[in-house]
Amino acid sequence: MLRLKNINTYYGKVHALKNISLHLGQGEIVTLIGANGAGKTTILNTISGVTPASAGEILFNKEPVSALQPDRIVKLGISQVPEGRQVFKPLSVEDNLELGAYLRYRSREWKATIHKDMKQVFELFPRLEERRKQLAGTMSGGEQQMLAIGRALMANPKLLLLDEPSMGLAPLVVQEIFRVLERLRQESGTTILLVEQNAKAALKLADRGYVLETGKVILEGAADELMENAEVKRAYLGKDKKEMWER
Amino acid sequence: MSLSLLSRGEMQFDQLLQYTLSGLSTGAIYALIGIGFSIIYNATGIINFAQGEFVMLGGLFTLTCLDLLKLPIWAAVPCAVVASTVAGLLFERLAIRPLKAPTPINLVIITIGGSILIRGLAMLAWGKDTHSIPSFSGDDPIAIGGATILPQHLWILAITVIIIIINKYYFYYTISGKAMRACAYNRRAAGLVGIDVRRMVLFSFLISSAMGAMAGIIVAPLTMTAYDVGVMLGLKGFCAAIIGGMSSGMATVVGGLLLGILESLGAGLISSGYKDAIAFIILLLILFIRPQGLFGKADSERV
Ligand SMILES: Nc1ncnc2c1ncn2[C@@H]1O[C@H](COP(=O)(O)OP(=O)(O)OP(=O)(O)O)[C@@H](O)[C@H]1O
Ligand SMILES: [Mg+2]
Repeated sequence: MLRLKNINTYYGKVHALKNISLHLGQGEIVTLIGANGAGKTTILNTISGVTPASAGEILFNKEPVSALQPDRIVKLGISQVPEGRQVFKPLSVEDNLELGAYLRYRSREWKATIHKDMKQVFELFPRLEERRKQLAGTMSGGEQQMLAIGRALMANPKLLLLDEPSMGLAPLVVQEIFRVLERLRQESGTTILLVEQNAKAALKLADRGYVLETGKVILEGAADELMENAEVKRAYLGKDKKEMWER
Repeated sequence: MSLSLLSRGEMQFDQLLQYTLSGLSTGAIYALIGIGFSIIYNATGIINFAQGEFVMLGGLFTLTCLDLLKLPIWAAVPCAVVASTVAGLLFERLAIRPLKAPTPINLVIITIGGSILIRGLAMLAWGKDTHSIPSFSGDDPIAIGGATILPQHLWILAITVIIIIINKYYFYYTISGKAMRACAYNRRAAGLVGIDVRRMVLFSFLISSAMGAMAGIIVAPLTMTAYDVGVMLGLKGFCAAIIGGMSSGMATVVGGLLLGILESLGAGLISSGYKDAIAFIILLLILFIRPQGLFGKADSERV
């Protein structure tokens, strides 16, 4: 469904992605793990057209998409839940969700479909329904993360990119969010590319994973294999980290 | 003795009322121009120093519609707004969008350069003379208390109120307006939900030039118009926007009205020579003391 071939991305002179190749099959959940600064966010932003690659190719359903503007990428069915949530804080929950469906607002049946989709989001995250009139900026971190995911879902994506959805959240909220991701895959067959620092939770959910280090893929494989891999265990599933997450 | 004191006091009150009323209508003009500055600034981060030129174009296009095309005033006004708005869109397309490296300094140079160019073209088209435009509905003064105002003052206030209401409706109740606010808050996230940010930029130029032109049109019957009126009006509008902390809502409206009233009082009570200086003194004071605007919290929404 999505294939990156030898992608190279620069920030000025900083060579952030070095010959990244990866792929996602229809309906898969794939996770990218790696330390701070490894280039995880950059991969998602390169796919989304925010930081275009200077070399390499991105194919989505066999079509090249590497030269497109971010809004065109969304139109093709790739939505991103950005790092740090980035909800529109001065706008209400409802307005945020409505903007998630921005690309459809010209279509005739917009009013009807948007209500249906919003209902679906509320079903996944009942908390958002209770707060639909509230300004996004006044909600808790977990609620904002739910809103960010809901906003991305409003575009009816075929492929969902998530950048550290568990960042800074209590374990219970993280569980809730991961359960929703699982449900999305089962109920709507959404393909998911999940960037996580919380490697254990991510590998538990995912089918496959890639391990990134300083802009390169250093390991890839099935999630359960990676979980058993000595290198991964040492660097990303260490005992200290485990205690931190499980608290 | 006591009687003459009383009448003196009454006269002063009437005068104050007079200055305030005329200050309000000039202030309304500044507010409209200032909102135009803010809308572009919020959507793009650009301070559009050419904003005043669209104010000028509004007045002069109205003149052309009236004199050359012989249109009645109710048709000339919308025609002039459309013509100025087209100029605003062309400006964005030809001068802003093609910029390879849109750094702030480049943008400042481009908008200043653009404003000089537009002014030059206007001078070629309309000459250096000042032109007058008839009032929308006569010049019979209306008495309010001890003061008098012209019908055109009422037009200015009414049209300003209507534009502000439309503006509010657009930003808070339409999807396009909400998208514009989303862009103003976080351009990258706006792109990620599928908002075409470049189109929103174009849109912000459309709204601003239309509002600027409208301001230029409604004030022209009172002040006359010429190819170079945009410089001063643009600066006053900018000042209103700065007082309002670059808000495209009520804060800038209040900023404009405040500036208009202070100017008018200053000119009337001290000397009309100080009229323009007042705006600049306020501008500098705000920039030094409260750069977030008179009412602003450090990072509140500016729409
Ligand atoms: N806007 C930028 N300008 C310059 N360099 C950048 C920029 N954004 C990221 N980088 C650099 O690119 C590299 C990859 O950054 P990226 O944000 O993709 O890492 P990450 O894996 O998402 O890290 P984290 O886990 O902290 O989110 C880093 O070395 C970073 O310093
Ligand atoms: Mg990151």
